[in-house]
Amino acid sequence: MTAAVADRPAATATGTAIWWRNNRATALLLLAAAPALLFLLAFYLLPMMLLLAQSFEGGSLKAYEKALTDGLYVRVLIDTMLIAAYVSVICLALGYPVAYFLASTRPPWPTIGIIFVLLPFWTSILVRTYGWMILLGRNGIINRFLLDIGLLSDPLPLLNNLNGVLIGMVHVLLPYMVFPIYAVMRRVDPALIAAAEGLGAPGWQIFRRVYFPLTLPGVLAGVTLVYILSIGFFITPALLGGGKVIMIAVLIETQVRQFLNWGFAAALSAVLLAATLLVYVGLRRLFRSDLQWS
Amino acid sequence: MELTAARRRAAGVPAWRFGLYAFCALVFLFLMAPLVVVFPISFSSSPYLQFPPPGWSLQWYVAYVEDTAWIDATIRSLKVAAATTVLSTVLGTLLAFGIVRGRYPGKEALNQFALLPLIVPVIVYSIAVYGLFAQARLIGNWHAIVLGHTVHAIPFVLIVVGAALRTYDENYELAAMSLGASRLGAIWRITLPQIRPALVSAMFLAFISSFDELVVAMFLGGSNMTLPKKMFDNIVNAIDPTIAAVSVLQIVLVTVVLIVVSKIGAGAGPSR
Repeated sequence: MTAAVADRPAATATGTAIWWRNNRATALLLLAAAPALLFLLAFYLLPMMLLLAQSFEGGSLKAYEKALTDGLYVRVLIDTMLIAAYVSVICLALGYPVAYFLASTRPPWPTIGIIFVLLPFWTSILVRTYGWMILLGRNGIINRFLLDIGLLSDPLPLLNNLNGVLIGMVHVLLPYMVFPIYAVMRRVDPALIAAAEGLGAPGWQIFRRVYFPLTLPGVLAGVTLVYILSIGFFITPALLGGGKVIMIAVLIETQVRQFLNWGFAAALSAVLLAATLLVYVGLRRLFRSDLQWS
Repeated sequence: MELTAARRRAAGVPAWRFGLYAFCALVFLFLMAPLVVVFPISFSSSPYLQFPPPGWSLQWYVAYVEDTAWIDATIRSLKVAAATTVLSTVLGTLLAFGIVRGRYPGKEALNQFALLPLIVPVIVYSIAVYGLFAQARLIGNWHAIVLGHTVHAIPFVLIVVGAALRTYDENYELAAMSLGASRLGAIWRITLPQIRPALVSAMFLAFISSFDELVVAMFLGGSNMTLPKKMFDNIVNAIDPTIAAVSVLQIVLVTVVLIVVSKIGAGAGPSR
């Protein structure tokens, strides 16, 4: 029953019949998987392959050379990675305490907290981006408030620059940090903390040497997820960056839509794809166990 | 354990706990703020972004309902999302059966392959499929957007339905078969009803992922805009509070669907 399908050449009609009788269940299951796999081959793998092929226009690596050596574009690549790193660090700083809050409070607080995290998560990114524009603009609610109470004499530059992009991205990605960490924290055995306490460890030491290491898998999963999603971000930098913050996804879009520069856009896409998969595979290497964030 | 808990209770809540609560309250405020501010703006009587609004009116809701471009975009988005939901749920559920129940080599690779669209940046996929569909002259056709969105919805269905199938006790199905049901009959009448909460969640995920999706639709839609594309253009070009009204409607829609889904999901499951 477990034999590979391809290992059994069905040479004769009788051979086919025997194979069918032995592997009917496997064959039916493959048949069930086939429509989705064919769909993904046609509308996923095929276009991606065609795009990658375009990056080697004329059998040369010129497009890659341009993407990886031209100062202007290298700057964009570095900026993208830096922004993704900032976003990951900020999300961790905000997300870890929130996850701990969800994992350590008594009902109904965890449920209330989860609603606060989930409601924005389910709201359209465009709605949230628009909300941030209302809040962060020169005449936005935050600046108005700070000017009115006399804390500022000039409005803070919060929108159409890196600040706006970071605030918007952290807002979108924070749930992706909170949930993996929360999932791990819920599985931490409280007896271990009690044991550390019983042995006289001070609170900070318990956190640093017992609790934090135990929750590290969740932290790494969250950071990786946020980093991967960050480097491909398009909507938030396009809308909140005011044209001043160019991330690689924005660059790819302009290359295709404005300049019809397919070869170069394809090479940039390949670079972005490689960076993404590298981080992803790195994570899977770290954890052999299943790290699905469902 | 009991002792330390008692000691902690006697000592009262430690100071750092208050710090934690205050910090988390601020983070929750940060998470909710951009959703909340949209509400007053949508009822503003002013065409400018003024806060607090100088007066109240329903004019932006009227403007939304009376503008055929907004309504067309909304209907198109609902159509695309509905078709994506049906297509991805059927394909994804079959795939989940094929992968979870399968005993053939390479099934883990199949699983990884089908989940790949979640990891690959949307912009990369968007220009890839744009290139292909431009050659096939499919740009501007709403069916094209459905195909692109289904690629991204299949992984959601696979994860959610696959998880339900992994924990499902196949003996129910075998019992039905020993009573004379065929395998397919048993799956249809016994297994699928029992994993209904997962199917409902999967359909919800597929629907929302399509309804909110901008980048694929931006490339494939051409001049036939979906709702997110119309919102994007509105944000880029002129900020007029119509989009605030649309935002409020969208938040309300998602909340209602979420409540309905949790109701269906909760009442339908077997004792678990």
